[in-house]
Amino acid sequence: MAEDLANLFTAGNMKFLLRGVEMTLLLTLIGGVTGLIGGFVLAYARSSKGRLLAPVRWCATVFVEFFRRIPFLVTLFLVLYTVQMVLPRAPLFWVAVISICLLCSAYMAEIVRAGMESVPTPQIETAEVMNMPRWRITWMIVLPQAWKVILPSAVSYMVMFVKDTALASQAGVFELMFAGKALVNRGLDPLLVFATVLLAYFAISWPLARFGRWLEARLADRRLEGGVR
Amino acid sequence: MGLVGPSGSGKSTLLRALVGLAPPSAGQVVLEGKIVDYAKKDSLRALRDHVAIVFQQYNLFQNMTVLDNIIVTPIKVRGRARAEAEAEARALLSRVGLSGKESAYPDQLSGGQQQRVAIARALALKPALILLDEVTAALDPELVRDVLDVIRDLAGEGITMLLVSHEMGFIREAAHRVVMMDAGRVVEVGPPQQIFDTPTEDRTRAFMSKIIRH
Repeated sequence: MAEDLANLFTAGNMKFLLRGVEMTLLLTLIGGVTGLIGGFVLAYARSSKGRLLAPVRWCATVFVEFFRRIPFLVTLFLVLYTVQMVLPRAPLFWVAVISICLLCSAYMAEIVRAGMESVPTPQIETAEVMNMPRWRITWMIVLPQAWKVILPSAVSYMVMFVKDTALASQAGVFELMFAGKALVNRGLDPLLVFATVLLAYFAISWPLARFGRWLEARLADRRLEGGVR
Repeated sequence: MGLVGPSGSGKSTLLRALVGLAPPSAGQVVLEGKIVDYAKKDSLRALRDHVAIVFQQYNLFQNMTVLDNIIVTPIKVRGRARAEAEAEARALLSRVGLSGKESAYPDQLSGGQQQRVAIARALALKPALILLDEVTAALDPELVRDVLDVIRDLAGEGITMLLVSHEMGFIREAAHRVVMMDAGRVVEVGPPQQIFDTPTEDRTRAFMSKIIRH
């Protein structure tokens, strides 16, 4: 046991695991940021009006429903084989990034939509009657009120999502889980390795979860200072 | 002009239809000699440039200060100069008795104050017609008066308003013409004395007697 511990906790192995942590954090961050942007675009498209834009609404709805319904692992392999068909030498990291962006955008779209719908419709109707265009209503009236609902949910989704990034290891993408598996393959004690990996995941997601709670409490009674510029 | 009638008679729906928030099922609205086509964006836009509506629930933009609520449309939609719009907004605020509240947020104001801001916001659009939909119905009784005083002043200045209200005493005193509605239709139109005291239609008579009795 003592020997196993000594074998695992070498500077080289720790650096290796830390690089895994780095990649996991990077994937989570990319997912969060592109997810929020993509989610907003999808939610905005879904809430569009008029017969002309019906195909846009329809596409956005299909996208969101599709990627929310299938397991992430399936999305991952779908992307992996599609990408490899087109660009056989594409780095696996980009496969993970693409899959994550697809998944996060679809989930965030629902979070953004719920946030935008939390703004009372009469305020929006009032702005419509004043001839304010829809993008301006969204930008100046809806989003400044919706973000307090959106951000905490988005963070708590990211807390869940950190764990999903582990699936990327299945496609051969290097991140924390993959680093753990690689160490086991080098003959290190699996129980010790994965216990360490577990602690690392916990160390990432627990502070993030606390941050989400703090954010929620903090935003509840704050407004976005700004105004008409 | 006052619009009265029993609950559910379609008064609010009529106002919503007038500004294109509810689909009109029949009838015509004529604006400056042209029939408004609610299905056409341009036509609806032209109408909305001339008509403002104030709702029962004020509907102020909660994320904006009182001043921003008033100037946002003049500046962003009408393209007015900021300084000019602000000066007008301040003048309007003093007119509705709310000078000094420029940088307050709606949730820091009472219902009566919010409703007066909403009226100022409507006035800032310089509409040819202001629709007022039960603007005092959500207010505490002691606040109703402040809002009605403002409306009375506006009526005195010759601003055209269509007022849906259950404040019969106020309509009788302030309106030049009163429309009685029931079951989605206009039943009777006339000066207040006629509608309230000597209605020609049975349904108006029945409605008035009910109100007086209670």
